[in-house]
Amino acid sequence: MSAPAVSFQAVKKQYGSLEALKGVSFDVRPGSFFGLLGPNGAGKSTLINSMAGLVKPTSGKILVNGHDVNTDYRQARRYLGVVPQELISDPFFTLRELLDIQSGYFGLRSREQRMWISELLERLALTDKANAVTNELSGGMKRRVLIAMALVHRPQVLVLDEPTAGVDVDLRRTLWEFTKELHKKGHTIILTTHYLEEAEALCEEVAIVKGGELKALEATSDLLSRHNYRYLRVVLESLAGFEKEKLSPELKERFIEQDANGLMFKLEKNVPLNQMLSWLSQSHLSVKDLTSRDATLEEVFLDLTGEA
Amino acid sequence: METNWIGCWALFVKEVRRFYSVAVQTVFAPVVSSLLYLLIFGQVIDTKIEVFSGLSYSQFLIPGLVMMTILQNAFSNTSSSLIQSKMHGNLTFVMLSPISPLEFYLAFVGASIIRGLAVGLGVLVVGIVGFDIAWESPLWILLFAVLSAAIMGGVGMTAGILSDKYDHLAAFQNFIIIPLTFLSGVFYSIHALPAFWQVFSHFNPFFYMVDGFRYGFFAQSDVSIYLSLGVTTLFFLGITAINLILLYKGVKIRN
Repeated sequence: MSAPAVSFQAVKKQYGSLEALKGVSFDVRPGSFFGLLGPNGAGKSTLINSMAGLVKPTSGKILVNGHDVNTDYRQARRYLGVVPQELISDPFFTLRELLDIQSGYFGLRSREQRMWISELLERLALTDKANAVTNELSGGMKRRVLIAMALVHRPQVLVLDEPTAGVDVDLRRTLWEFTKELHKKGHTIILTTHYLEEAEALCEEVAIVKGGELKALEATSDLLSRHNYRYLRVVLESLAGFEKEKLSPELKERFIEQDANGLMFKLEKNVPLNQMLSWLSQSHLSVKDLTSRDATLEEVFLDLTGEA
Repeated sequence: METNWIGCWALFVKEVRRFYSVAVQTVFAPVVSSLLYLLIFGQVIDTKIEVFSGLSYSQFLIPGLVMMTILQNAFSNTSSSLIQSKMHGNLTFVMLSPISPLEFYLAFVGASIIRGLAVGLGVLVVGIVGFDIAWESPLWILLFAVLSAAIMGGVGMTAGILSDKYDHLAAFQNFIIIPLTFLSGVFYSIHALPAFWQVFSHFNPFFYMVDGFRYGFFAQSDVSIYLSLGVTTLFFLGITAINLILLYKGVKIRN
């Protein structure tokens, strides 16, 4: 069996009295599209920065394609491309020069490399800006530059830390198309995002971290199906005079929210629908329509992280 | 041991191109500033003081000014590049690459040597044109110029690594580098100082760089050239060790 694309082994990171990572261990399969999720301050960026060598873990080990990021950092970094969360600029060099310089850092100087740089610029719609300095670019353009910089040495593992934060819809679409294409070509993609619908649509596997600990790690579909709840939206004949207090005790404890036309309930999967209808009837509510759906990743995430 | 000399060279060239792209600010302006010292001190004091026998004050002053510009500009190159890279975030690009701490150090210090020598040469050329400058031992001149620039490139790296903002760097420059440079014998021979300041000067490592460099021009110096070489070499090894420890430990750059 091939080595994991990335292997976190009991990774701890202490900042003074704050324990940012509390012995996190998990593997990312080669070729997978992997989501790393968690609320703000959960330790996602510390994990990613530790993997990239930007942060030194207090203890534990991280391997990229079998290479230790601390003791065998040269090989590890050749396999890894990181798109950092913060926007970065350089007032001294044009975009093409920056890509050329970055290639040099990786020892890449060939004609093929220059062609790859041109291809990257084209694929990320940056050809027009190739001779502009990054300070002159918009936030979205700078984000693309970071992606180009991360890909300049054709890494096997691409890490995207909140790549769509503050990015418009067009760029988001371009970015995901490009990322999916890389994934199809066999690259391992590790993604952190606050847009959980993106993670749900793209990631085959997700890890959820909170408070520096791993809360869940499984295939996205398993995580969703294993979730113990479904969500019921009940459209009433009329919402006039509706009050939560008038609901039966069973409905009241499952009630989530009221919207313009209906009510939302969170129901255990083992509760039959006719039981639900009976409770609605006991509460003297006349039902016009009822729709049921499984939990979204966001709802699972909120349950697991206790943020609901 | 695996090496990445192409990566090291790429970083070195990038650092040279960085200061070259703003050469008016990084090369020409310091040359002009140094020449103003020469104009003011040289013209006013020239006929009144003989520091070394057979030399006018301006002749004495020029090597000192050349060394002062080398020291200050080599320091500025690494320190300002690092702090700017931290502020703009682009230091991350280097940190993500397979460049070792030693290669990182060599590239940055190499570029600071180039800038120090470029500015120093500018001052020297004007000095040669305007004054009768001796060249007793060009090898000593070159050795001290390169070694001193390397030292100050290293000191600039330490300052750049440890500084979190421009203010910290300015404090480092204004309270350490400039006083030590001005008190290093650029403008005077330490024999002209009161006894206490003469002793004090011997604890200033910059003094040995200036004195050794000046020896290369006149074959005259305040202390033995070998003492200057020894102290300067020790200083270089010390600052190299400090930087390599900081870089290997990732202090302030790999938190």
